Amino acid sequence: MKNNNQPILSLNNISKSFGSLLANDSIQFDLFPQEVQVLLGENGAGKSTLMKILYGQYQADNGEILINEKPVIIRDPNDALRFGIGMVHQHFMLVPVMTVTENLMLGDEKTKGKWFGKLARLDRETVRKEILALGEKYGLQVNPDALVEDLSVGEAQRVEILKVLYKGADIIILDEPTAVLTPQETEELFAIMRSLIQQGKSIIFITHKLKEVLSVADRITVLRNGKVVGHTTPSESSMEELAVLMVGREVLLTAEKGLSHPDGVVLQINDLCVKAKNGMIVVKDFNLQLRAGEIYGIAGVQGNGQSELIEALTGLHPVFSGKLLINGRDLTNASPRVVTLAGTAHVPEDRQKHGLVLGFSVATNLILQEYYRPPFSNGWLIFPEKIEENARKKIAEFDIRTPSPDSMVSNLSGGNQQKVIVAREFSRPINLLVINQPTRGLDVGSIEFIHKRIIEARDAGVAILLVSAELDEILSLSDRIGVMYAGELVAEIDANLADREQLGLYMTGSKHQVSQREKIT
Amino acid sequence: MNTHFMVALMTLAIIKAAPLVYGALCGLLNERAGVVNIGIEGMMLAGAFMAFLGSALVGKWTGGTLNPNISLVIGLLIGVLSSALVAGLHAVLSIHYKIDQVISGTVINLLAVGITNYVANVYIDPTHLSGVGVFPVWKIPILSKIPVVGPILFEHQPMIYLLFGLVIFLQYAVFNTPWGLRLRSVGEHPQTADSVGINVIKTRYLNVILGGALAGMGGAIMVLESVGRFQKLMTSGRGFIALAVLIFGRWSPVGAFAAAILFGFAEALGVRLQFGDINHLYALSMIFALAALATSLFWLIMRIKTKKQKGKSYPVIITVFIIGLVSLVAANQITFPKVSVPIEFLGLLPYVLTILVLTGLVKRAVGPAAVGQPYEKQ
Amino acid sequence: MKAFSALAVGAFGSRDNFIVTIIKSTPLIIAGLGVALAFRGGLFNIGVEGQLFIGSIAAVIVGTNVDLPKIINVPLILAAGAISGALLAAFSGYLKARFGAHEVITTIMMNFIVLRIITWAIGANGPLRKPSSVVPETRSLLESARLPILIPNTYLHMGIIIALVLAVLVYFFLFRTVWGVEIRTVGKNLNAAKYVGINVNRNIVFTMALSGGLAGLAGAIQVMGIPPYNFTTGFNVGYGFDSLAVAVLGSIHPLGVVFSAFLFGAMDAGSRLMQLRAKVPIDIITLLQGLILMFVAANQIIRSLYHIPAPDKEESVNLTQGWGGS
Repeated sequence: MKNNNQPILSLNNISKSFGSLLANDSIQFDLFPQEVQVLLGENGAGKSTLMKILYGQYQADNGEILINEKPVIIRDPNDALRFGIGMVHQHFMLVPVMTVTENLMLGDEKTKGKWFGKLARLDRETVRKEILALGEKYGLQVNPDALVEDLSVGEAQRVEILKVLYKGADIIILDEPTAVLTPQETEELFAIMRSLIQQGKSIIFITHKLKEVLSVADRITVLRNGKVVGHTTPSESSMEELAVLMVGREVLLTAEKGLSHPDGVVLQINDLCVKAKNGMIVVKDFNLQLRAGEIYGIAGVQGNGQSELIEALTGLHPVFSGKLLINGRDLTNASPRVVTLAGTAHVPEDRQKHGLVLGFSVATNLILQEYYRPPFSNGWLIFPEKIEENARKKIAEFDIRTPSPDSMVSNLSGGNQQKVIVAREFSRPINLLVINQPTRGLDVGSIEFIHKRIIEARDAGVAILLVSAELDEILSLSDRIGVMYAGELVAEIDANLADREQLGLYMTGSKHQVSQREKIT
Repeated sequence: MNTHFMVALMTLAIIKAAPLVYGALCGLLNERAGVVNIGIEGMMLAGAFMAFLGSALVGKWTGGTLNPNISLVIGLLIGVLSSALVAGLHAVLSIHYKIDQVISGTVINLLAVGITNYVANVYIDPTHLSGVGVFPVWKIPILSKIPVVGPILFEHQPMIYLLFGLVIFLQYAVFNTPWGLRLRSVGEHPQTADSVGINVIKTRYLNVILGGALAGMGGAIMVLESVGRFQKLMTSGRGFIALAVLIFGRWSPVGAFAAAILFGFAEALGVRLQFGDINHLYALSMIFALAALATSLFWLIMRIKTKKQKGKSYPVIITVFIIGLVSLVAANQITFPKVSVPIEFLGLLPYVLTILVLTGLVKRAVGPAAVGQPYEKQ
Repeated sequence: MKAFSALAVGAFGSRDNFIVTIIKSTPLIIAGLGVALAFRGGLFNIGVEGQLFIGSIAAVIVGTNVDLPKIINVPLILAAGAISGALLAAFSGYLKARFGAHEVITTIMMNFIVLRIITWAIGANGPLRKPSSVVPETRSLLESARLPILIPNTYLHMGIIIALVLAVLVYFFLFRTVWGVEIRTVGKNLNAAKYVGINVNRNIVFTMALSGGLAGLAGAIQVMGIPPYNFTTGFNVGYGFDSLAVAVLGSIHPLGVVFSAFLFGAMDAGSRLMQLRAKVPIDIITLLQGLILMFVAANQIIRSLYHIPAPDKEESVNLTQGWGGS
């Protein structure tokens, strides 16, 4: 897989600033033909920026790009494609309501006849055939007539890859492609990558997940705070070394966790069924028993009903049938406030959509669940001084980096925004903590912090229901693990008995554990 | 209830629907590109106003020597250009300055009302500026001789024919050409469009301005083909009704056309009933019957088209259809007592209809996903 | 230039002219507060015009038929005006909450509907028409229904006091009460509001009702304070859109609303004199107001985009929430 000594692509001395933030600092990056080079760095290190410059969505402030040793100017994605550079984005660049064919045609549409330029008739049939042929060649089968919104995540990713191949890319950039895949799908992706390399392509693989790096890379470039801090290969390195390079200090790769001492049952879910707005069943016959002082992690690829389960639990989504009991109280279909007042905390999946009001200050967001209660209110009036006082306390306690308690929360970084939510939810006396994707998109420091607080809560006797698409997070934090697939709980295992392979099989629905309902009484 | 009456009514319905269709097409282009346009009313008003001013002034300055049709055409061009300019303003405010699109649309409306009222009071009324008439009706040979359908479709003024052509063309263009594909991608998922090199900002600008031109035609047609002169605030809400028409028509040109016919029919009926020769209760029950029939048909089509996913279930469709049929027959048998509904109430029909549409159907209709949000490069 | 000086004199030149300014500003303040309140809740209440009218009509109906002592009658009629406006607006709020129908369109439709109904009602055969009158107008309010005058022998009625008190109350309500927090939360982020347990549907209806109530109150005050104490065509026209402009101009903050309402009121008051002296027609005022609105709206947004916003400057509104498919 290592051929000539000539790099097929070189980024020389690339720098890019956004205002006062230096996102890329004199970066040197070379890609050789038919190799997989991993660009490793934590969230915020500058990987995306660099690739967007390469792909023409941004323009570098300094430096040059060389293709096959010749300098080139890339002003927009069309230029990039012309030079054979294609990008498979982390958040798919596909129009949901259009078909696969239409998505692949977009931007360079084939038409029947050239007469009226952009007003000529779209030639969907020819493109369909081309897609099928291409799929055959690279082993990426897709249905050209399917609507993108109907595809599974793995299928959609294949469409994205097919798209760059269709547009003639020889250099393929994969931006955090495994974030949404199960272990098995990840293996399939790696196989596809090997096939692509064999067919003459070169790949840049962007990730922050250390495990994958060693199994997929030919060479590794590590980015930190916008600078290149290391070039290495898998044989010359290890996960611990890469971690140090990535973060700049020693990192706890797994959380430190003692044994759990579970107590009484806090949450009881019986035969829960939830329907989505379009009438389809998204959670089916779900049973779960959660005790105080234990962490139950729900593993599974996103979109298998986890979000709806959590929303049903917290009163944000109607329950179709079944029962939810918190500390013995039937709270099925209770309003969010009732659930909260029963001693529940909820750290939502989408922090900007549900968890925060971006237009409000940090201080206001910190009391968003309790603005109507003492000491912040007497039921009618609001007491701003109390709100301010509370804000100062929490900011110190949770190390929230903000210019002032009155700054708008939208000015904070992702990590600090999440800390605001954590500060708010963890500060009340709670029995049950429901967390969904707690550390998505966060830097390592914030991740460590939040994991520590979760374990502290557990040790203080809180029952914790954790949902995460990051299998490592689940494995690291949970005492018990459940796997959700297609809305059902397909497996329930003790954490110290679980392994990735096995979990991965459950996550794809390949295996189905015999239900252990007898155990739960 | 004879055919002659129905033909006259349907023809009037098309004429009344025309401004709404133009307005809805404006909304279509805008929203498919992702821009909300509350200012259609203002753009229509501007178009009407400038069309009148243009044609009347040309007529005046040429002292009657010029063929009035030429003056009208010039007026039309001026009207369309003006509304396109106004739309340009909306575009700049909401795309470049990222002002909330609802606010910038309202600003447009305010300005349009203010300016047109002002000039009307200051110049048009005092000088009794008169229009040069309206476009003549063109009877299409052969086709207009077809019984019933002929006179309804093929005996119209030229802007109506233009409208027919536009609807058919846009239906094709939006769904079957590269231009349409790109337009829709910008409105649905601008990040994707951007990632393949489509200029989201430029697309939005272009389509807002084009849409503005269409809205201007909608206003102009009221002056140039109906009344022949400008009245203050003559659009009286049509720009907003056009939005309901757009939603009702599910953001497609043909759909909007069909929906507009419904509204046009309501308005035409209101006008016709003022003559006093048709029993009002009879007319209302006929409307009810026709509405039931049309709705059940609509649900049936939806069901077939979306393969049983949308539209109502068969029992519901059949029930409503039967209700419609029964009412139709009954209405024609019963002699209704003479009840005179005040003129003002008759004119309420389109507004009430708009509200009904928005409440009854918006739940199901989903517009372009990225509508209303200013685009920021990631 | 002569025009502007005439404008200024017309607005502030003499005590009587100043009083006219105040009288013209009063409904703008109150209705502007209503619009601003709705804005804060993420709602665009363009139906202020119709709600104003219905408030006036309600005041006429009650005020021409009920003759209680003034101290009871006046609050009663004010309440009638407010309640009718509130109900009208709440209807649109309900349509939005239950069906997702955008309030811009439903309120404008209601405007037209209300206008037509009222035109009929004060028309030749209408039930509210003043008998033996040749113009469309209603009967005049009874003496006990009229607002007390503050300075004897002038037109200055109590309305301005009500308006200023309301401005303070609205400010207090929005920023110091639990409901105010809820309304503003819904306005900024519907989803987060649900997450913290706010009943969003109830909230939307409530916000619209308050907004419409203020508009209706403004309409009632107009009838109760300005001779000849009746309702006629041409009355209140344009106040709807003006109060919109006022609300935006005032940065949607109650204090700002008061000031900008004064500005607009002054412009209206002075416009008459301006027409007389400088022969500049009244309609240019509308034009000017529209331009001002545009520039201010643009300015605000530019400011908030290109500079870091000052902490907690809660100016931005999100009115397109829920318009599209998401």
